[in-house]
Amino acid sequence: MSSFRHSFDIIGPIMIGPSSSHTAGAARLGRVARHLFGQQPERVEITLYGSFAKTYRGHGTDVALVAGLLDFDTRDSRIPKSLQIAQQVGMHVTFKPGKNSDYHPNTVRLQLTSGEQSYYILGCSIGGGAIEIQEINGFKVKVTGSYPTLVIPHSDRSGVVAAVTTILSKHQLNISTMEVARQGRGANALMVIGTDEVPPMEAITEIESLEAVQKVARISPS
Amino acid sequence: MRFQNLAELVALADKESKPIYEIMIEEHVRETGETREVVMQKMTESFHVMMESVKRGLTEDIKSFSGLTGGDAKRVYEYAQKGKTLLGKQATEAVAMALSTSEVNAAMGLVVATPTAGSCGILPGVLSSLKGSLGLTDDQLVLGMFTAAAVGYVVANNASISGAGGGCQAEVGSATAMAAAAAVELAGGSPEQAIQAAGLALKNVLGLVCDPVAGLVEIPCIIRNGFGSVLALAGADMALAKVRSVIPPDEVILAMYNIGKSMPVELRETALGGLAATPTGQKLEKQIFGDVNEA
Repeated sequence: MSSFRHSFDIIGPIMIGPSSSHTAGAARLGRVARHLFGQQPERVEITLYGSFAKTYRGHGTDVALVAGLLDFDTRDSRIPKSLQIAQQVGMHVTFKPGKNSDYHPNTVRLQLTSGEQSYYILGCSIGGGAIEIQEINGFKVKVTGSYPTLVIPHSDRSGVVAAVTTILSKHQLNISTMEVARQGRGANALMVIGTDEVPPMEAITEIESLEAVQKVARISPS
Repeated sequence: MRFQNLAELVALADKESKPIYEIMIEEHVRETGETREVVMQKMTESFHVMMESVKRGLTEDIKSFSGLTGGDAKRVYEYAQKGKTLLGKQATEAVAMALSTSEVNAAMGLVVATPTAGSCGILPGVLSSLKGSLGLTDDQLVLGMFTAAAVGYVVANNASISGAGGGCQAEVGSATAMAAAAAVELAGGSPEQAIQAAGLALKNVLGLVCDPVAGLVEIPCIIRNGFGSVLALAGADMALAKVRSVIPPDEVILAMYNIGKSMPVELRETALGGLAATPTGQKLEKQIFGDVNEA
């Protein structure tokens, strides 16, 4: 599958400067993390790798990641002030550089925490504002965010995947990509499902009501 | 998409006797399921954001994040109005408008990444210039953006459009190739001429490294956008005159990809080499950030 899918992956995003990979891509990564977490986190620990680690201040990567974590999109005029806004709303953010030569040069790890709940994503900004999520809470994935995507943590039990896809098919949603990963037999597992159409709320609610499903997080193409 | 490289794109356009932009619109509709109307609306919105950023840089006093850049677009534009430029008025205005958008970008203003923010000046610079020289309507210019998108789509999926991945050639180079192809179709050239223009223009930026001073999208990014707009127009003119790239455009893209892969990390957006590592580059970095970025 091509990483860049259509015209607006090339012409776009409409964005606050100065860098599509370091600002817009970073904002998208932050926002995906926020959507997967499902709420505004109390604390976020941000580890930056490669070019991100070297130039994160100049390109506004720090500001953009935090803007995304505040659920701002790439064109939000509040982006330049996101660090102050985060402080005002009580979201505590720390930055540190990390080292891993195997990672894409623009990689970031976002660890979101609220009370007992903690969640991380590892993702990179691959150019022109496009992103890829490579890890979610220890699960290796490949999420581009250019399709509507459902991320579903669940318990590894027979029939769960079938139950989810049955609900999607009932709502006439065509699956474009699908990944299932698990930590071990019968343990925690993760489904990542890309669809051509945006899943309606009823479909999400139905999936969430399945006993083995912990929750359903949505990523919308931006 | 039914094409994955420029040769397939031209074959498709020729077979269906359509310009590249028409193929791209149809493929986009097929890929996303959006209606043609929605697609045209979205591209028109991007066009207006682009033109607004051009205007801002020419009419407002723009100062970048670091305070190092801003104001060059105005200088060049005013110079062009005096009428005695070496390049000619239209090409000099293209430079001014490309600089303008890039200056707005550096000041954390609103722009359209085409294909990236670091290279966001070239396409608006070229389109604004063609509006003047060819007397094109906004709707026609929007069609040219789909030509640019088609070329960018091929470059992005077969090589790179990221400075961190492939150096400046991947950003300013890709934008130049995209704008060159758009200019050819807007001037009435054939799909084949459009991709030749892309290949010719891209050849001239092969090897260009990404070496931003202090890691900021300012020096040399803004000036390179100005140059990119002229290079795109020159590539388009050559292709319209039926000059061909002996190395096929798809192979030029492959060369760009391979050169990017063999570029040392110092020259891929890390601000560790090239202009960033010059005495003045280093001095500016310290001036802006002190020593805090050394970690």
